[in-house]
Amino acid sequence: MNEAYRYFLVFLGALLIYNILLIRFIALCPLIGVSTQVETSIGMAMSVLFVMTMASAASWVAWNYILKPLHVGEFLYIPVFILIIASLVQFTEMVIKKTSPPLYRAMGIYLPLITTNCAVLAAATESVKPGFLKLNVAYHFSLPECLVYTIGVALGFGIVIIIFACIRERLETSPVPHAFKGAPLAFMIAAILSLAFMGFANLLGL
Amino acid sequence: MEQKTTAWHEFSKGFVLENPLMKLMVGLCSSLAVSNRVENGIFMGIAVTFVLVFSNVIIASIRKRIPDQIRIPIFIVVIASFVTIVDLSMKAYFPAVYARLGVWIPLIVVNCIILARAEGYAYKNTVFNSFMDGLGMGIGYTCVLLIMGFIRELLGTGSIVMFNTRLVSLGPFNAPAIFILFPGAFLTFGCLMALLQRYEMRKKAALEVKKGAMAGTPAASEEVA
Repeated sequence: MNEAYRYFLVFLGALLIYNILLIRFIALCPLIGVSTQVETSIGMAMSVLFVMTMASAASWVAWNYILKPLHVGEFLYIPVFILIIASLVQFTEMVIKKTSPPLYRAMGIYLPLITTNCAVLAAATESVKPGFLKLNVAYHFSLPECLVYTIGVALGFGIVIIIFACIRERLETSPVPHAFKGAPLAFMIAAILSLAFMGFANLLGL
Repeated sequence: MEQKTTAWHEFSKGFVLENPLMKLMVGLCSSLAVSNRVENGIFMGIAVTFVLVFSNVIIASIRKRIPDQIRIPIFIVVIASFVTIVDLSMKAYFPAVYARLGVWIPLIVVNCIILARAEGYAYKNTVFNSFMDGLGMGIGYTCVLLIMGFIRELLGTGSIVMFNTRLVSLGPFNAPAIFILFPGAFLTFGCLMALLQRYEMRKKAALEVKKGAMAGTPAASEEVA
């Protein structure tokens, strides 16, 4: 398989075909909780892109240079990754606060929330144990592949949460059945969007 | 007697009143993903209940020694240890189920239910109450998974298969596979939530009518019905 084509497949798979929110149901809490306004959704999407890329790269390094050589990966990866993510989030928050106050104001409040965003842990876990891509070879991601994969996942998250917020802003003022007001309606939108994303299934044999 | 009633309250509130999925809306991701089959729901429910009960008990028993500033990392380490136990035991004893549940088992760590109960309940309450709370919440979670799994598997495949035996069958019926796929999860969950919301609105309206409330209320209840 051509190298560049493989990167493309990994990216596309992460972005659309196995979209983290609508196809794999990871990180639904921010989808339902944060997506009431377009602006906050954009802030959340940016913070997730930032933290997720760093967390996956750090987890990849920890897995390949510490956990795997010591043969403790199988039973220590969960605590190690979650600690990496939690400390990275704290660290990022401090750095941004010091270096760029406007950026901090834009995404500061979302950063602590990301610690418990399952998407970050899922991306970190899958960048060392890629399980879902039907690429014929059983192989491990190299660091650049891991980064491409993570950026794809994060952009997929961003696209969906922003589309979602746009629809919800419109529906806010529409007359809907009383029983469906609020969260149930959000799930209905998710069902329809998910149906649309299923159209990408089996694209390019993924 | 007093102790007994409160314990029962702590235990039973997770079923409906404070059901983690329907009311508190935490831990949604895993429940939607694994509820495509009743069998998956059972295993996921057991795994979550196990982690919830033990992390609640441990955190409640060491709560007076945890410094306030670093409580979240401590909670996460406690939770991660129990999740690792579940992860490894399930891989060893139920490899087929483990393969189906996949990434969801490690993701129990960041399942908001568990952290929410640790932070919101176990950190402030006694060991026994935390145990009851964990058990009740776990059972509430499992019940929703089972209901969703039942609806989705029955409609999506036309029958319920558990441990390789067919339990219920709808007979010859062209099953819409959409229900075991992704949109079906959102659809089923949204409808269940709407049902619950409707039930509560009617109950509230009925209560207000009973109280002899002012004019607008009966009309509101009719509108809901």
